[in-house]
This record gives sequence, structure tokens and C-alpha cells, in this order.
Amino acid sequence: MSARVPLVNYLVLDDGDPHLLALRCDSCGAKFFNRRNACASCGGRGFTATRMANTGRIRTFSIVHRAPKGIPVPFVAAVIDLDNGGRIQANVLNGDVLNPDTFWPGTQVRLATFDAGTDSAGTVAVGFGYEIEKEAHV
Amino acid sequence: MSDDVWIIGAAMTPFGRYGGKDVIDLASEAAQLALGDAGLSVTEIQVLVVGNVAQADKMVAQRLQQQIGQTGIPAFNVANACATGASALRFAMSEIRAGNADMGLVVGVEVMGKAGLIGIRPPNRDRIFEPAGRYGAVMSVEGLLGTGTMPGIFAQLGVEYAGQHDGVGAEQFAKVAVKNHDNSALNPLAQYRKRYSLEEVMAAPMISWPNTNLMCCPTGDGAAAVVVCSAARLRTMDPDTRRRAVKISASAIQTAPWTEGDAALPDINAATRLAAAAAYEAAGIGPSDLDIVELHDCFATAELLHYDNLGLCEPGGAGDFIDSGGPMRNGRTPVNVSGGLLSKGHPLGATGVAGVFEVVTHLRAEAGDRQVPDAKVGLAHVLGLGTVAAIHVLERAANAA
Repeated sequence: MSARVPLVNYLVLDDGDPHLLALRCDSCGAKFFNRRNACASCGGRGFTATRMANTGRIRTFSIVHRAPKGIPVPFVAAVIDLDNGGRIQANVLNGDVLNPDTFWPGTQVRLATFDAGTDSAGTVAVGFGYEIEKEAHV
Repeated sequence: MSDDVWIIGAAMTPFGRYGGKDVIDLASEAAQLALGDAGLSVTEIQVLVVGNVAQADKMVAQRLQQQIGQTGIPAFNVANACATGASALRFAMSEIRAGNADMGLVVGVEVMGKAGLIGIRPPNRDRIFEPAGRYGAVMSVEGLLGTGTMPGIFAQLGVEYAGQHDGVGAEQFAKVAVKNHDNSALNPLAQYRKRYSLEEVMAAPMISWPNTNLMCCPTGDGAAAVVVCSAARLRTMDPDTRRRAVKISASAIQTAPWTEGDAALPDINAATRLAAAAAYEAAGIGPSDLDIVELHDCFATAELLHYDNLGLCEPGGAGDFIDSGGPMRNGRTPVNVSGGLLSKGHPLGATGVAGVFEVVTHLRAEAGDRQVPDAKVGLAHVLGLGTVAAIHVLERAANAA
């Protein structure tokens, strides 16, 4: 079986239990997904890795029809407000791209993974996105 | 106040796609027009500040001097994303306020040509996967984890506002583009001068929903320049220069404070709101005092948000504001009567100075067919993603005296 690596290092694959890992500032609680020199909120330098919720709600989105060559369109770019805090950018993996209301802010979603690509050694990069659970828009 | 800074010359080249003219050609043209407008020779300028993005490390200011006058004065090169031109103006003001100069020349210039989508790298998907960068990405994530394209980012910022406020949807954003294209038909300096109906704007090729291509600014070429001087120096000038002088009543530049959302999307709202609050306080005015506003409509979605960020409408009321015609040229607060970035064009480094030029021209009652009647006070706003907002409040001489 070919090797599988996460597309980005804040995605933890953990056989069958994929989730996102944030760095939480020990001083103020601000959460980050990238390598840090210090906390952008308070300047603190201590961080603790924190597991993020796999569920959340769409905060905003766009249906992208124009992208650099080689990127399949349309796709749905979105920002997800994660349950229990944290905000992340990812694609919405299901829904109707011809009907923007499908993705309206407030819609509940859950993390899912997909194979994003394979390198010349056969290693598979695993990406993450969100699937719409049910209509939360009232 | 003794440390007030005044604009006594202003000019811009038409925006467009020149082909044969380079950065220095366009910068020279705008600089010489602004010097002529002020009735000055380049030898009277004591500080030069040039804003440019694409050649920020290539000494554009010094190369400009080599074409229009190497007088030995201090010259500075400024880059601050789409707030570059406004930041160059601010830098020149600071030099004057610090007493380092009485008279300064500010030039914003950019040559982009037909650049297409900017702000993203092409995918690199055929190498061996190795984590790289601050997110440890093994390959380009564009299109896999959302989008870094400008139309996509600004579309999401617009939809975020729509999700939070009733009465805002694709149609309200499209109306912004209808207005600005309509305004540009009266501006001989605009890159495009064609009117479109609401139906045409909404049916145009979709770039990033809800932004169609008529709701996205073009790339292009152009330059703008202003001559600034101290209050003391202004008093020595001839009566006509003093009559046409425009006071910079506020210069506010703010960056975006940290929010949890920064991990997902730049925050264009907070920086603009902070800059607006600082600018209104410094100028001693409120948004209801503004006769004309030029704001950063890089995408139609962005303009709607800035109605709210600048306090031009009731909080949350940007949809009602456009629906009721508030920002139309004959509305409560005319916004982007130049045609805005959407149709006048957006050569990055030139944009901030061009917005100031537009407001100055109306305050001097010299805007011809597009003149906003009896304009006394105006505001010019730009927003650089990353993020920085810059606002200048301008007042005509008779009003500021």
C-alpha cells in the first residue's frame, strides 16, 4: 500500500480518526494553524497542541469558477466556524454548485478527507474539507 | 494648525493598457502634470516619495529623478500593497510635519498590463511531497483548501456580510458595479467607460460567486501625482494657488488587529473601521459631513462592506443604502464618481494617489461632467490586503480656512 501523508501538517490522519490540530496560546488562548514565532494576539511564546472539533458551520463561501490553469472548477471555497472555537479555510465537498443557497452561512458541516494528489514516488497527499450535514438555515 | 499639510498640485494619467510606456514614462507624465498644476519647477521640490508595487526593489524614485530632475533631494520608495500610493502620500506628509521639507512630490505608478488573476501561485503538483512553509503543505493548496485568488477572497468577505445582515445578496453587490460603470462613462481618465444594466452585470461570466467579471476590477497601467506643502510655505504662494489648495484634514493608516478569523480570511473591516474612526476624529467631522467618497472597490462585494465600515450607512444597512440610491452620484453620499477601481482601473501603486486626485478635483470644482456640486469635504480610502487601510480626509481651502 502506498504511503499517505497529510496535505498540511495541521491535519492529523490517525487511522480512521482524522482531525485538525491547532496551537493554542498558553497565555490568551488564541488558536493558530501555522508555525509560530509568538502569539499574534498577546505576544506570548508558549503553545499547546489542541485537537479541534470536526463539526462546525459555514461562515462564508464563494463558488469559484476562475482559477489558475490546472485547478478544476467550479469548487466551493468556504470558511468554517468550528464548534468550540477556531476558524478554518477549506472546500465544501458536497452540495449543489448551481444553487448558492445550499451553502448559506449557518449551514452545519462535518470534516471529511479526500485524496488530493499523488507524487512521483506514489505517495498520496490526503486533504480535508467539509460535508454539509443538514440544512441549518431557517 | 501650523503642521497642516496642503495639496497644491494634482494630476493623473488616464488609466489603461499602454503597451509602449514603462513605469518611468508614466511616473514622469503624472509628476510633470502635477508640477505644472502647482506652477512649480522640479527644482523647488525638497522631497520625493514614489509608490510602486511590482518594482519596489528597483529604485523607481531615483530612476524617475534621472528622467525629470536629479536635484539631490531625499527620495524614498514605498510599497504597501494596494495602500501603496496612500502610504507614499502619508510619508511625504510626515517629512513635512517633521520639518525636513516644505515642499514634496508624491507619485504613485504601476504597469501591470493584462495580468489576469493575481495573488496566487500556479500549482506545483509533480514533485516529491515534502512539507514546506508555515503550514507544512506538501503541494499547492489552491483549490484544495479554499482559494487565495483575490476575487474569491473578496467574494467570501461579501457573503460573510450577507450572511450577517438581511437584505444583502448578489443583487445588492451587482448594483455597486452598475453604479460605478455608469459613473465611469463621464470620466475621460477611466480605463473603461461603458454602462451596463443590472441584468448584464449579473449575467456576465462568473469569476467567483457572487462576483462576475464586471464586478472585478481590471489590471492596468497608470500613474497619479500630488504636490504637497506646509502651511507656512502655502502662505507665500500666489492667490490662485492658495484658492485652489486643498487641506489634508486627516491621514489615518491602520493595520488589522488579530482576530481568530485571520487563520481563514483577511479582515478588511477592522482596519478600515479603525482608520475611519481616527480620520473622523482628526478632521473633526463625521461621515454625514462628506460630500464625496472614493473608496476601495477592488471588487463589488468590497464596496458594499465599506459603506458600513466608513459609517456612510446605518450599522448593518449597506444593502438598504445601495437599494435606496445613497451612494449614487446624486445620492446622499456620492461614492466612486470616478468609476472606482471597478471601471476607472486599479494600477496598484497609482490607486491611492488617484483617489486623492479625484477628491481634490471635485473640491476645486474642476471635475467637468462628473463634478459633484458644491463639494467641500471628501474622503479617499484604500485597502491593502495583508492588511492595511489608509484614509485621507480632504477639505477645500474656503472650507478649511
